Amino acid sequence: MATGLLCAVGMFATGCAGDDDTTTASSTSGGNTIKVGVLHSLSGTMAISEVSVKDSELLAMEEINAKGGVLGKKLEPVIEDGASDWPTFAEKAQKLISQDKVAATFGGWTSASRKAMLPVFERNKSLLYYPVQYEGLEASPYIFYTGATTNQQIIPALEYLKEQKKTKTIYLVGSDYVFPRTANKEIKAWAKANGMKVLGEEYAPLGSTEFSTIVNKVKAAKPDAIFNTLNGDSNVAFFKQLEGAGLPSSKLPVVSVSVAEDEVRGIGASKVKGQLVAWNYYQTTKGATNDAFVKAYKAKYGQKRVTDDPIEAGYVGVKLWAAAVEKAGSTDPEKVKAASKGLTMDAPEGKVTIDGENQHIYKTARIGVINDKGLIDTVWESKGPIKPDPFLKTYPWAEGL
Amino acid sequence: MEQLLSQIFVGLSIGSILLLVALGLTFTFGQMGVINMAHGEFIMAGAYTTYVLQQALGDGATATAFLLAIPVALVVAGTMGLLLEVLLIKRLYGRPLDTLLVTWGVALILQQAARDIFGAQNVEVKSPGWLDGGTTLIGVDVAYNRLFIMALAVAATAGAWYVVSKLKQGRRMRAVMQNRQLAAASGVKTASVDRRTFFLGSGLAGVAGVALTQLGSVGPTLGTNYIIDAFLVVVAGGLGKLRGAVIAAVVLGLCNSLIEYWTEASLAKVIVFALIVAFLQFRPQGIVAQETRGLA
Amino acid sequence: MNTSTDTTGAAKAAPAGGTGTPGPGWFKRRVIGTKADVVPRITFAVVAFLLIVVAPGMLTAFRLDLLAKYLVFAIVAVGIALAWGRGGMLVLGQGLFFGLGGYVMAMHLQLADAGPGEKPMFMSLTGASDLPGLWEPFRSPVFTLVMVVALPMAVATLLGLLVFRSRVRGPYFAILTQALAAAFVILLVGQQDLTGGTNGLTVSTFFGLDLAKNSDKLTLYFIVLAVLLVVFLIARQMVKSRYGQLLVAVRDGEDRVRFLGYSPTTVKVVAFATAAGMAGVAGALFVPIVGIISPTSLGIVPSIEMVIWVAVGGRVSMAGAIAGALLVNFAKTELSEAMPSGWLYAQGLLFILVVAFAPRGLAGVGDWWRENRDRFDRFRPGARTAAPASGAAAGEGA
Repeated sequence: MATGLLCAVGMFATGCAGDDDTTTASSTSGGNTIKVGVLHSLSGTMAISEVSVKDSELLAMEEINAKGGVLGKKLEPVIEDGASDWPTFAEKAQKLISQDKVAATFGGWTSASRKAMLPVFERNKSLLYYPVQYEGLEASPYIFYTGATTNQQIIPALEYLKEQKKTKTIYLVGSDYVFPRTANKEIKAWAKANGMKVLGEEYAPLGSTEFSTIVNKVKAAKPDAIFNTLNGDSNVAFFKQLEGAGLPSSKLPVVSVSVAEDEVRGIGASKVKGQLVAWNYYQTTKGATNDAFVKAYKAKYGQKRVTDDPIEAGYVGVKLWAAAVEKAGSTDPEKVKAASKGLTMDAPEGKVTIDGENQHIYKTARIGVINDKGLIDTVWESKGPIKPDPFLKTYPWAEGL
Repeated sequence: MEQLLSQIFVGLSIGSILLLVALGLTFTFGQMGVINMAHGEFIMAGAYTTYVLQQALGDGATATAFLLAIPVALVVAGTMGLLLEVLLIKRLYGRPLDTLLVTWGVALILQQAARDIFGAQNVEVKSPGWLDGGTTLIGVDVAYNRLFIMALAVAATAGAWYVVSKLKQGRRMRAVMQNRQLAAASGVKTASVDRRTFFLGSGLAGVAGVALTQLGSVGPTLGTNYIIDAFLVVVAGGLGKLRGAVIAAVVLGLCNSLIEYWTEASLAKVIVFALIVAFLQFRPQGIVAQETRGLA
Repeated sequence: MNTSTDTTGAAKAAPAGGTGTPGPGWFKRRVIGTKADVVPRITFAVVAFLLIVVAPGMLTAFRLDLLAKYLVFAIVAVGIALAWGRGGMLVLGQGLFFGLGGYVMAMHLQLADAGPGEKPMFMSLTGASDLPGLWEPFRSPVFTLVMVVALPMAVATLLGLLVFRSRVRGPYFAILTQALAAAFVILLVGQQDLTGGTNGLTVSTFFGLDLAKNSDKLTLYFIVLAVLLVVFLIARQMVKSRYGQLLVAVRDGEDRVRFLGYSPTTVKVVAFATAAGMAGVAGALFVPIVGIISPTSLGIVPSIEMVIWVAVGGRVSMAGAIAGALLVNFAKTELSEAMPSGWLYAQGLLFILVVAFAPRGLAGVGDWWRENRDRFDRFRPGARTAAPASGAAAGEGA
């Protein structure tokens, strides 16, 4: 049987013989193009969310190329599939860096995928732009976080509940993974300091569609509001079962931090009409930059498609990187990092500024209500962009987290 | 007390969902011994059938499309099952483990095909107006869509029971299951019986898919989430035994809802798995056992 | 490498080379080898040369890392070939044992990174104040290395004793192992404070090796290679021994073996536990190579993929299983780089074709050649007893 083994090893060796022998970190590639990596799940369970973000990143690159590229060179995206599997993210990140020698990588969605890629980027001193809101408590020198951290999304949402809705008691419902569990720890600490009572905390397995028991528990506890950190997929079942139990948005408001326009499309606007969400950007956000972005996105990918917060954050990430490269005059990660400090740009969500200290960006918090067309209308927004504080250092209640 | 009643209702409702997804398996797995890992994808096909019909008939006919989807999904999923049987499974009788692996390959392909045809995004199946909301019965909130699924499960089970025990086709099916050679020798066309059994079993998966559209959104991995549970129901109930499957589904549903109520969702699932393994220690042949003179 | 005849189950024919019990002339057969042994031995030498000399010399650090990962998977595959191909137990939940080994190793490496008295990084995220008691013993490297093998084997033994004694077998056993892998994943995700939840555990050093350094990665590669060799030799020895014959006999006629006075339960438990131990070792080596272990690598889908490798390579042949693991994973890397969705179609199709139409996988190609050669070899006594091509289908557990 050994012939098979022989042929396996032989194929492997010949298949890779063409590789370069060097494994130095990324630098400006020769020729007339600059390679950049795009690393999202194109297959598996996370493809639902990540494909749209990949699309917007490619759109940003196309726009940059149409204007002559970066440093006079066209961007050449190298697209890899993370396959909704965290080790694969790490492997493909390594491939993009050492084999394709990309100048920067845009990618990831779940915290798990980012945690898997983090050591790879730090080890190779290469840059990653991560486009999704997350649980905070991280600031890698080689990652730019273009989504919100907790003090730009969750805390404003809680304050909105307290100030505007006079909420006294909340119930926490989330999917069973890291973001909801960590976010809920922070919420509980905040609630304790702000006189709000957390009546309960329930987690459903990822992808679960059975929420009857959780809804029963919520109903028995009679909270003023639900804070929902469920992952996209489970939201459909959750909202349907809330409705079935006679708890529409008018009786029991739900604030969601993982439901954006793209998810509403899958849930169906009728099920979540009137529910609250917290993000930094909606398709309806006012401004000429956003109008142009939405128009370009729909023109490229179809009128039925919608834009939302992570889609925008992915787009902004590419633009911010390009601006930093122009400013630095080089794609060298250290120079890009230096040039990024305090870099300001007019993004679809409004003015964004990179905080040089933790490489997160200043973002405006917005609370929205889902309308019957499945779009989200802003009902409240913070006074100007909020300074990112991933470790919640400026909040006394967060000590000991 | 009210809470307990609520949980019992939830348990029955979970049980009816389990029963629906497992019903088809009592035919293909129970009667024919075929482990069809693509069963979940037939469920998915049923769900997408509902979606396609709703898109085709337009917004005005949501309810019609939904009701029409039940027979159409039966035929669509049944035909897929029939093709699978004729093209692949037929060649693999007597090799149950290989069948399992081959149908897993089929499942992979079907899943990716759904992703390419309908997009990786989940799609929304609208509920008919009369399935929205719910009512209160003796202090228990009863959602209409749950009631509908229970009714559908009862109807499908009754239909399956009728086919198996009253029709000529059912008699032949039982004959082939109990002794294939003897049935063949008595003039039963076993190949044709196999095809029909498989059509029926797969078709029932399609019907389950229609019901599932009322619970969550419809996506390529819809069926995968249920497949293990469905097999466990059949194994725990006893192979090919409708009665066993019904009892197993209801008991598992109740266990799940009550344990979840006192603990949490993730833990409940693990505990239920452990209970099944423990149960099979005492009764490896399931709740309702096939009488046999075999050794095992 | 296995010769053709010991791949053919109960139809095993004593006269063929290499597998005989000690007797007249065994020295010549064992050490020098008969004609039938020459080809496998040359192949073995070539493969060894490729893996030991050519691969490290020619491949980039990134590619060598990938190859090391494939070799780790090959370790799992050998175990599956033993339990499934030889023992007829379709193990659809090897992710469980792979995960046990992986988590045990990752726990130790995280503690080693954190330093004495400190707690691992991820616990700052979950806010655990003290190191959970479950973690404490894994500070010891010796305890960890023992547990990498012992824990999966213990779990498998316990499970096997329960399940095989009540004669759960064939598809039931397969579904049960699958359910266990699923339950294990749910448990890992749910116990986030203990296990890091969906994020899993990341590591950056391995017993003093710095996983960022290429020279240290090379060392790791050779460690993996050595472990694979050891695992392969253990499996081969088991297959060739009387135990191996008994295992095949249990696969093909469990009741007959029972009537002969053996305990099929014990026979099966040994194979199952060995396979579990191998998966555990593989999991432990996977951690430093990939740098992370998380529930996504252990669930139902990864567990079935492990079986795919073995099915493609040839379930009854240990070398075939290794080749299958290498080939399928190589194809996966290459194809998914070229076209992500294409890989899923290719994988499904490959699986259908191989299992339905070539149940002996790649190994079957070699066997076919040898059988046909035997047909023309009039001077070899016993050549006619070489098994018919359908013999491999006997890999089914009843």
